[in-house]
Amino acid sequence: MSKPNYTRQLDFKNGRVEMSYGSGGRAMAQLIDELFARAFDNPYLAQGNDGALLPSATGRLVISTDSHVVSPLFFAGGDIGCLSVHGTINDVAMMGAMPLYLSAAFILEEGFPLADLKRIVISMAQAAREAGVPIVTGDTKVVEQGKGDGVFITTTGVGVVRDGITLSGDLAQAGDKILLSGAIGDHGMAVLSQREGLSFDAPIVSDTAALHGLVAAMLDSGACLRVLRDPTRGGLATTLNEIVRQSGVGMLLHEAAIPVHQPVEAACEFLGLDPLYVANEGKLVAICAAEDAARLLEVMRAHPQAVDAAIIGEVLEDAHGFVQMTTKLGGRRIVDWLAGEQLPRIC
Amino acid sequence: MKYVDEFRDGELAKIIAANIVREADPNGHARSPLHNPLVKQLANRLSPRAGKSLVIPQAGRAQRGGRSQAIESLRESQFNRIYRLMEFCGGHTHAISRYGLADLLPASVRLIHGPGCPVCVLPIGRVDQAIRLATDQGVILCTYADTLRVPASDNLTLMRAKAGGADVRMIYSTQDALKIAQAYPQRQVVFFAIGFETTTPPTAVAIKQAQAAGLKNFSILCNHVLTPAAMHAILAVEGGVALDGFIGPAHVSTVIGSQPYEVFAHDYAKPVVIAGFEPLDVMQAILMLIRQINEGRAAVENEFTRAVTREGNTKAQALVAEVFELREAFEWRGLGSVPHSALKLRAGYAEYDAELRFGCEYVAVPDHKACECAAILRGQKRPQECKIFGTVCTPENPVGSCMVSSEGACAAHYSYGRFREVTQ
Ligand code: SF4
Repeated sequence: MSKPNYTRQLDFKNGRVEMSYGSGGRAMAQLIDELFARAFDNPYLAQGNDGALLPSATGRLVISTDSHVVSPLFFAGGDIGCLSVHGTINDVAMMGAMPLYLSAAFILEEGFPLADLKRIVISMAQAAREAGVPIVTGDTKVVEQGKGDGVFITTTGVGVVRDGITLSGDLAQAGDKILLSGAIGDHGMAVLSQREGLSFDAPIVSDTAALHGLVAAMLDSGACLRVLRDPTRGGLATTLNEIVRQSGVGMLLHEAAIPVHQPVEAACEFLGLDPLYVANEGKLVAICAAEDAARLLEVMRAHPQAVDAAIIGEVLEDAHGFVQMTTKLGGRRIVDWLAGEQLPRIC
Repeated sequence: MKYVDEFRDGELAKIIAANIVREADPNGHARSPLHNPLVKQLANRLSPRAGKSLVIPQAGRAQRGGRSQAIESLRESQFNRIYRLMEFCGGHTHAISRYGLADLLPASVRLIHGPGCPVCVLPIGRVDQAIRLATDQGVILCTYADTLRVPASDNLTLMRAKAGGADVRMIYSTQDALKIAQAYPQRQVVFFAIGFETTTPPTAVAIKQAQAAGLKNFSILCNHVLTPAAMHAILAVEGGVALDGFIGPAHVSTVIGSQPYEVFAHDYAKPVVIAGFEPLDVMQAILMLIRQINEGRAAVENEFTRAVTREGNTKAQALVAEVFELREAFEWRGLGSVPHSALKLRAGYAEYDAELRFGCEYVAVPDHKACECAAILRGQKRPQECKIFGTVCTPENPVGSCMVSSEGACAAHYSYGRFREVTQ
């Protein structure tokens, strides 16, 4: 590709997104060239076509897509950019697949600072590079001021599952063990405390991370895995209720076994929230046959992303489909679906 | 910020629970957590032999259809004495449900949920008033989150009114409402002020600030209510619920102190133990109440000494007294019209009273026919006794106010405790 003859370079210091950046004209080509292509830099994207031509792969294909809207766009531990890469990689990985490629579509709001956009794109590029999953194709649209929230990013991921692996939310069986890869609530509370301008003694940092390496280690352990899920929006409680509904079982959790970092617990307390319902972006739940649980736990704890992994409960027969929990105090409660949005209590 | 784990120690809870069992149930009829089939299933799987011996004979098993009441009375009849304790506050209701405290108590101790949930006691007509202000008067209506989903007339809620175009904003503190008023000087901003004595001082502060800043576009729809008046009303209900003692409010008492409850101990001979909102606080308060009852005493005791004094926060009280005065009467959901049970702005602050500014009067509206909130708030019925509990009325689609806030008796029971009926 010969270097196009632009009159002036984009102003990544003080410039702002203009309507023309999404119009398909020269301005758009310039944005793609000076920002996206440079940051994402890989041979598939460099083909410069409307789509990416990819080499053939062996195994069953998995595809997953996710739109990311987060406010604030930048938070402790990450930003919408790396989040959009990690989120989709994780969705592919939870199918037991090795993620291979990503696509990214941006909806930008007119007037959005180019400096912020650059920061987000570089963060995405870095996350993709660290994960070893290139962003091979993309799209950009611009909406008028007031019709977007700065930037929305939709990413799609493709991966392959090797033979002999089948993970699905409807495979949980009575007797299985439930494992969690680490402390819950970090991402949601990092975003919320930033949004509400709350500060706590110890900073709360999002756990956003790509988990396919951890998943690969877990699959390699040979443990009989039945379900993998990342408890994102709606938190651990929502994820477990989804599995219970899909599998037609019940669950009994043990609150004392569920790790929660103290600052997260304190922040939840302050806002009247329950960490079980707070989003995570770098944790996974695994359901496996009881006899393999100890071995799986060992493999997880040996991986840097799951040193705090724990067995948090069991799958049970239950026609009512309740997720129950023995509380720290020794009583029992239901861990229900969330009703509406989780809203802070009044007094 | 202080960490809370020390008030949630499972081992300590077991010790207190053991004391409660020993003192409230000397003959040892206590329910064990193992009466739950799910737990039994698990116990059997872990250790099939031990599981067998864990099966506990259950009174009233054959009457499964007749359900909880029959079972309850059979169970209770095994005991010399029943302890009916009302936890006044929604915060306690929430802690009890969230931590499954009922499982730690012997069946002779029965907890009755009280009316101390700010949105639960708000009658439909009050929410209607707020909606009318937002839709007919075009004000920016600022409100705390829980209030958004309280059912009003015509199948509306503030949330639905917002979806229909009304300018309703969720805020976290009164300061947010003031900021909005400053940001939109050409709009009228009304703060939907609800809550017990805990939330009143911040409202008073906001009024003083509005006055100092000369804000002409800020006013409040005042629904602040008073705890002791509601306790009087509960004890005065004719043929009302038999109560043996109160678990007294936590946060409310930090403001008003413990002194206002003395009348309940002296005149009504009901023990009151003020308790914090942590589960261990509640357990300890239950034990203290049982001791008083066993000793035939009725006094105001304070479990929550780390925050509550006899006098309370006199500064906050003075501020509230400066800005507010008693209403002649106020209609509560469940308790009806209760004299001197709520506050309104004093004449000197009347210009901040939205009811006066917009001439929007309170119009009483009856509750949904099937809804038992009234009886539940008086402690006469339990959520599961409402015919539409868990079917028509759920947290997703609340019919009554008790299903809205997580502090409401119906929502707490639905979200945390409803396995008890189906697995009994
Ligand atoms: S279940 Fe619903 S309708 Fe019944 S009393 Fe409770 S809030 Fe009212």
